[in-house]
This record gives sequence, C-alpha cells and structure tokens, in this order.
Amino acid sequence: MKYETVIGLEVHLQLKTKTKAFCGCAIDFGKIPNSGVCPVCLGFPGALPVYNKEALSSAIKVALAFSCQIQEYTKFDRKNYFYPDLPKNYQISQFDLPLSRNGYLDIFSENKAKRIGITRVHLEEDAGKLIHELNASLVDFNRAGVPLLEVVSEPDLNSPQEAFDYLTGLKNIIEYLDVSDCDMEKGSLRCDANISLRPEGAKELGVKAELKNMNSFKGVKDALVFEVSRQTELFEAGQTMVQETRLWDADKGLTISMRNKEGAKDYRYFPDPDLTVFIIDQPMVSQIKAQLPELPREKMRRFTQDYGLSEYDAKILVSSKKDAQFAEECIQRYPGKDKKNIVNWLIGPLLSEANFRKSNLHELTINRDELISLIGFVEDQSISLLSAKLVLTQMIDSQKPAVVIIKENNMLQISDTVELTQIITAVIQENEKSVSSFRAGKINALMFLVGQVMKKSAGKANPKVVGELIKRRLTDA
Amino acid sequence: MSIDKKTVKDVAHLARIELQANELEKLSRQLQDILGFIDQLSTLDIEQVKPASHILPINNVLREDKPHVCLTPDKALENAPSKNGNFFSVPKIIE
Amino acid sequence: MEVNQLTAHELLDKLKNKQVVFKDIMEALYVRIQAVEPKVKAYARFKSENKLSLNPQTNGLLGGLPITIKDNICTEGLNTECCSKILGNFRPPYDATVINKLKTAGSSIFPLKANMDEFAFGSSTENSYFGSTHNPWNLECVPGGSSGGSAAAVASDEAIWALGSDTGGSIRQPASFCGVVGLKPTYGRVSRFGLIAFASSLDQIGPITKDVEDAAILTRIISGYDPNDSTSVNQDVPDYTNNLGKDIKGLKIGIPKEYFIDGMDVEVKRVIEEAINKLESLGVISSKVTLPHTQYAVPVYYIIATAEASSNLARFDGVQYGYRAKSDNLIEMYKKTRAEGFGEEAKRRIILGTFVLSHGYYDAYYLRALKVRTLIKNDFDTVFKDFDCMVTPTSPTPAFKIGERAADPLKMYLSDIYTISVNLAGIPAISIPCGFTKKGLPVGLQIMAKPFNEEMLFRLAYAFEQNTQWHKIKPRL
Repeated sequence: MKYETVIGLEVHLQLKTKTKAFCGCAIDFGKIPNSGVCPVCLGFPGALPVYNKEALSSAIKVALAFSCQIQEYTKFDRKNYFYPDLPKNYQISQFDLPLSRNGYLDIFSENKAKRIGITRVHLEEDAGKLIHELNASLVDFNRAGVPLLEVVSEPDLNSPQEAFDYLTGLKNIIEYLDVSDCDMEKGSLRCDANISLRPEGAKELGVKAELKNMNSFKGVKDALVFEVSRQTELFEAGQTMVQETRLWDADKGLTISMRNKEGAKDYRYFPDPDLTVFIIDQPMVSQIKAQLPELPREKMRRFTQDYGLSEYDAKILVSSKKDAQFAEECIQRYPGKDKKNIVNWLIGPLLSEANFRKSNLHELTINRDELISLIGFVEDQSISLLSAKLVLTQMIDSQKPAVVIIKENNMLQISDTVELTQIITAVIQENEKSVSSFRAGKINALMFLVGQVMKKSAGKANPKVVGELIKRRLTDA
Repeated sequence: MSIDKKTVKDVAHLARIELQANELEKLSRQLQDILGFIDQLSTLDIEQVKPASHILPINNVLREDKPHVCLTPDKALENAPSKNGNFFSVPKIIE
Repeated sequence: MEVNQLTAHELLDKLKNKQVVFKDIMEALYVRIQAVEPKVKAYARFKSENKLSLNPQTNGLLGGLPITIKDNICTEGLNTECCSKILGNFRPPYDATVINKLKTAGSSIFPLKANMDEFAFGSSTENSYFGSTHNPWNLECVPGGSSGGSAAAVASDEAIWALGSDTGGSIRQPASFCGVVGLKPTYGRVSRFGLIAFASSLDQIGPITKDVEDAAILTRIISGYDPNDSTSVNQDVPDYTNNLGKDIKGLKIGIPKEYFIDGMDVEVKRVIEEAINKLESLGVISSKVTLPHTQYAVPVYYIIATAEASSNLARFDGVQYGYRAKSDNLIEMYKKTRAEGFGEEAKRRIILGTFVLSHGYYDAYYLRALKVRTLIKNDFDTVFKDFDCMVTPTSPTPAFKIGERAADPLKMYLSDIYTISVNLAGIPAISIPCGFTKKGLPVGLQIMAKPFNEEMLFRLAYAFEQNTQWHKIKPRL
C-alpha cells in the first residue's frame, strides 16, 4: 500500500525586542546566569506583567506578512504546568482567542508551487534554561520571559522536503521583517513537527507523533525522513501507532519516545487576570501595515518587472534580504541597459565566490562601484572574462581596485591584430593536423586552435578576435 | 456534579500536592459538599450572558520597550533554598 | 490618652505642632505591644525579647508616622510570608508600589508584619502558620479575616493605622469584628504590584484605620495609576478629605433586601436598623432595592477565587525561594514541599481551584461562574443608576468564637456572604463601626458605591461617624 505523509509544523520565534515580554529586563544572552532578571520574569510573589508594545507590533507584522486575519479581540491565557524552567509554573500564552488566524505561506518545493495554510500566530513567553549536571539540574532564568511567537501551520505539508522548504520560506520572511534572528542553533527559532501517515486517498488523519529537539532545518528534515520510514514500517507490520512525543537524537539519527509529560488536556488554560484584553482595530492594523517592509514575493515581482530578471534569477537573489539589497544596489549602479549582464555576474561569479568562502553575497568585501568598473573592462573587451574572474577573486582578497589588479598582473587583453597574427602563425604551423581537420569542416578544430592561441598569450588574447582571425586566415588561403 | 476520590487524587497530582490517605478521604468529602453548594449555579439560564473575565473596562495596556535595571544575581538568588554558583539548583530532572 | 491611641490625623497635627516627636510614637507603640501582644497576637513573628528598631522616614508629609503592613504585601528586605510555612523567611528584593508610595509620603514601615490567614484564605485569621490572632474585644473570639492582624493591631492601639487586602471581605469583615474602619477600594484604584496574589481579579489593598478621616488620608496616599500593574486604572485621585463634612441630605441610599435574611444575627439586625435610622435622621432618603443574584455570589466567588489562586500559588514550589522539602526526585520534591508547606485550607482551595479549571469541568464551573459574575455586576449597575450608595451589614454575625467554624469550611465561607459581591462587581465599599451587641462585640455597617466613587463612601461614612461615638470606644485589654 502507498502512504501519504502529513506534516504540520509549530514554529516558535524569539522576538528581538530590546526588553522581555512582560518586564523591562534587557534581552542579552551573553550575560552571566540569572543576571538579566527581575521579580517579574522570576515570577516572584507579588510581581505583575505588563506587555511590551514593540512585541505586539512585531507580532502583528508577522501575522500580516503571512496574510493572517488579525483578531479584533485577543487576550492572554495561562497555560498551567510544573517545570523548573517555568518561574510561575504557568506560561503566559494564548488559547482560544489568539492574535491572528487563517494565513498562508507560499512555498516552491520539489518543482512545484504550493500554498501552506497557517492556522494561527499567537503570543507567548519563553521559559528559562536548564543545565543537567550529574546530581542536579541548574536553572538560569535569563531567557525566561523573552517574547515568543508561535506560528502553527496546517497539516498541509506532505514530505520532509516540503517541511524544509516551508521553514526556509518562513525564515526568509521573518528576516525581511527583521523581528527575529531565526537562528535555530542559537534557539531563536525552534520547531516541533507533527507527523502522521495515512493510506493514500484516506480522508482521516492518522495517529501523529510530535517530534522535538531538532536544532537545524536539516535536523527537522532528517527527523521527519526517519519518522516516515519508522511509521511506514509500523504500518506495514500491521501495528497501531500511539500518539506520543518523540525526541530527535541527531547523533544517532533516530527519534526516541519520551516519557509522557502533562498532556494538552491537563494545562487548565484560563484568561490571565493580571493582563487586560487587547482590541486591535482597523486603524491600528493599517498603521502597522504601512510600516511593513517590502517582502520577498513583492521584491521578486519587482525584480522581474523592473530589471527584466528571470523568475529563477530573481528567486535566488531575494532568498536573503541582505543579498537582495546588495544585488539591488549593484543593479542600480550598473550603467548598461540590459541588467541581465550584471545579474549574470551576481548569480554567477559572485555567488560562487560567496559559496567558496562560505559566506553570503552581501558579506563579500567588494566595493559595488569597483565591481561595476570590473564588468566594464570585460564589456569593452579590455580583459577576458577568464581574467575578470581572477581579478574578482583578488579584489575580494585584497580590496584593491580592479584597475590596479589588472595592471599589476598585466592582464589587459590583446586585441591588436598585428600582435595576434604573429601568435596565430606560430600556432597554425605547430598544429597542422587541426588545421586540416578544420578545413575538412570540423568546427571543434577551430576551438582547439583558439585555445592554443590563448595559452600562448597567457590568457590575454581576445578569444573573439582570435577566432575571427584564424577563420579568415584558413578560409582565405 | 460529584467528585470521587480518584478525581481528587488526579487533581492533587496536577497541583503537585501529596495527600495522605486520611487527607484524601476528608478532602473528597469536603469538596463534595462544596461542589454540592456550588451546583446551585446550574439552575441559572446563562446561555446569552457574556463571561466577565475582566471586570474593568480597560484594554490595550502596554509598556514601552525600554530597559529597566535588573536584579543582581546575588539578589535574585538571595532567597534560594539551593543554588550552585549563579544558578538555582533542583533535583536532577530525569526525562 | 496615650500617644499610640491617637488617630493618624491627630498625630500629624501634633507632629506639626511639635507636641510629639517620632520617638514618642514608637516608644508608646512598643510599650503597648509588649503589654498586649502576648494576648492579641496581631503580629506575625512577634517575640517579646526582640528589640524592635526602625529608621524613621521623616522627610515626607507623614513625618515618619509608622504603618503596619499585612504579611502579604512585599516590603524590601523585611519578611513577607503570607503567614505560610511555604514562604519560609522570604525577604522580597523589592517594595510593593503601595510601600513605595508610603515611603515617599514619609511613612515608616513598621518592622513587624500583621498576622493573616495563610495567603488570605479565611475569615478568621485562624489559618495562620504563626497561630490565631485574638479579638481585642473578646480574646476568645476571632478578629475576622483574613486581615485579622491588621484590624486587631489598630483596634488594640498596637498600630496607628494599617494596610490590609480584600479579596472577598478580608478588610471589611475584620474591621467590622474589631470595631475599626476598613475600606476596599474600587478594583484598579490601588496598584496590586507587590501584593502577593490570592485572586488577581478580586484582590485590592486598602486601609484599616481608627476613623474615617484616616481612611480618606491613607486611601489617597496609596491610590493611583501604576505602570507596573496592567489592571491599575489611569484616573486622577481626588483629595478624599475635601468631601468630609459635606452635607448628606438628600442622598439616595439603597437597602438591598437580599442582605436582610433569616440567618442574620438578631443583634446585628437591630444595630444595623438603628444605624439606618440614624442616617435617615441625617437626611438621606433610603428605600429597599434588589440585587437578585446575591445568593449566587458565594458559589461564584469560590470558583473564581480558587481557580485563580490555584494558578497564582503554583509558583510556591521550593525552587527559587521559601521552604523546600528534601528529596532527590523533582516531582516528589514539588509534592512534598507543597504538602508540608501549605496549610489545610490552602490545599483545599488549590485543589478545588485546580478541579474547576480542569479538562471537562471548565465550562460547567469556571466559565459558568464568569457569566454569573456578569449578572451580579449588572445587578449593581442597575441599582446605581438610581442610588448614590447602598447600605448593608458587613457581616451577618459579630465575631465568632475561635475554633467554632474551623471544622466546617462551607460555614466559614458563608461568613463572607455580604462582602463578596462587592469584589465580584469591582466596586468600592467601606465598613465603619455602628454599634455593639449586648455582649459588647462591635458591629460594622457596610456602605457600597459606584466604581471610583470612594468620595461618596467617605462623605456618608464621615457624616455617620461625626454624629455617633462608636469609633471612640476602645476595647479594654
């Protein structure tokens, strides 16, 4: 039997506000343990919460970016459970009246576009950190009370790759909004995955497993791949699944069943009486909407329309906000009409330089104007494309201007026919076999001869001119 | 509605309170009485009534995103029954 | 008359005229405490051998005048334990907002905290980890509760004035039992920041004083908007002493018929009727009104208050402060700490509150209670459309014997039958001495007003007080 994989993701984002959700403690994780705390975030007796204005507006931005409906009436609830990293033994969260509902994120995965539903985006607070020692567990509350957003997807994802692409797309948007660092390794983005299988065509959802403890997007994907095969085996062996929480062990590459903590029905949610309700009216939403930056899908549309980029090229460039910004600065400085030329440089040589250096496009230490001038040398045929790539590497390494590097390396291209004719004569004499092949109509032979000329000129000959000269010489004779 | 000993035991577990057998016995009886008294609420027709989760007509209370002065770790840990360096310490958690 | 027997406003005059100095007040209080505290036990952790020291806070309006604080209001560096074992010597690292306001006004915080029912759970102060307080009018009787220590200290002249807290009558009922003045302000009038929460949507801090003028002065000092409390209301605080002495002729007073029921003590009934006659003789116009949902107030209260308490008290788990039971196992540590640290009534309420919030019961109990709370509030709104005030007994009985109701929680809960609705509706109410039973126990008259109309309470209460002598009679100890 064939099975369909059904995945829903719960993503927690730490908002990068200056201070915590309900108190004025500055958020700074570099601090020594329990130094960024106060009676409020420690849950000391008598302390009371007041919500952070900036966190609310960041949250509304995120909800709007995912096209969610902002709920006019929203409130905080308490989620009650005991755990040492939870100072009050309840978490301030949202239950039945979340900030927003019914959004979506468009992804492009496995060669097709797909719309993934977002059930809700709601507000909550982070817990502290636990360190497990031999005989005790140690608690640091510096992280306690950091504002979190929970973004819950519909179970619309049907493969681990789709889950991966959803996370990438989500991170991309958040990065544009600049409201969270979205660094899974540092914990500013956390993801739990619900996964179940069902016979293809079945309507009802299967019994799900909730996967936790993944600390990279790839980890999420790997955990899901493992889980698909584990669940498939169970199905095929005719065993019934139990609903459970499973921890991903990245070292061993498998998920392990976790002893049951308090279940969802034990949380005793109720409206937090220490906080008032929030009425988010249309003027407030419009005001925040007006502050939204250009988002990836809009930027992509603009890049294709204004600069004539292919959708493929535009997609590569907008996949990082800073890269897109870098690219746009370069495109705007480029004097030529056909922006395709500069774009080819960006997604060609520059991107490979970035990849080689394991950095991002915008992090390359290259002056935009110098890049434009380098491209100019290629276009007026002063240097070859090959040389230009070498120059680019050196420019990034040394931060010298293009013209200096070209001169230092004596790279100016030879387009002078007299000089070239001498080299060509020598090459023709040395390669009689190829000459006859060419005359017999083999085009490849010409390429070989051009290559020999390039070699002899130490790459400085203009290949276009050389080709023309050889052709003329051999067909005339 | 009634409450049996098993329910009281489960609820006490959720509330993380250990109950001795005699306490459980007594408490179950007392809670049964109290809930019996509370049950008079079920005679009211409240279908159309809005719940008063907040008695105040105020909303949107927010604070500016401005840092205040935090406690020093010494102050934060001053009352701790058990600590280790700058950490609070608890019996080891076994997952 | 001894210095400690004077009211705060009398002392302020004498301080201003240099007829007394701060030291005289403190010495008189110490002498009195040494003499009567072993009998009354108004203070938690009182030990006769300990010399009390106090740095006067003499640079404000109040000239250092000392004030006694209930043990559930945080005072920096001073034990604040809610008279519970579980807080085990807790010394808050911060002051409650009311304490800050008092200090700014030039009040000295008395170093001993007032006794109370553990976590304010009770109506008799018998549920204190430090033992019962005794009623200064009859040492075999309870002082009422939960602010029984504050009321007894003021009544026995062991304090000039005091702060209490009122969740279902915890200021007014002990004020009534001890023959002093007690006010529960409008919900949101006084900051709750630093008040160790019992039921967040009901709790308010308020004054317990020897007369109405003191109550007016103290209410003004502690009231006002606090940006650290989301439920504090941003509304100007009038000088409540301005309206004292203003004519009450023509004020419309409602007498809710549901408050004059069968279980009411005949002596209380007689005293209250005489008090109403007195008010009428002063020119008020009284008529019977109805608060039809009165009978539901106690059940609604015991659902909402215990639900909130179960969550508010979850933080007492032995991790960050207070008592911790020995155990190597985390869950066992929690369970033993809470079993050993909480008294019987606290455990009963936490478990009841946990139950009414738990899965499958929420709608039947908690949600239903919130809806009936709306009905109760609507009752008050309706009456206050046509009336300036309502007048009722504060309690259906005078002070009862220690131990008399301890075995029957339900009977104890019914002690608050006249005070609870006020908290559910969020309105202000005051209890003032209005006479004595034949056996010499004080009876309190409760006056209720519209939200934020404390001025009306003071005006009416002052007029009554100025035309009677009840507040001048002192218990013989």
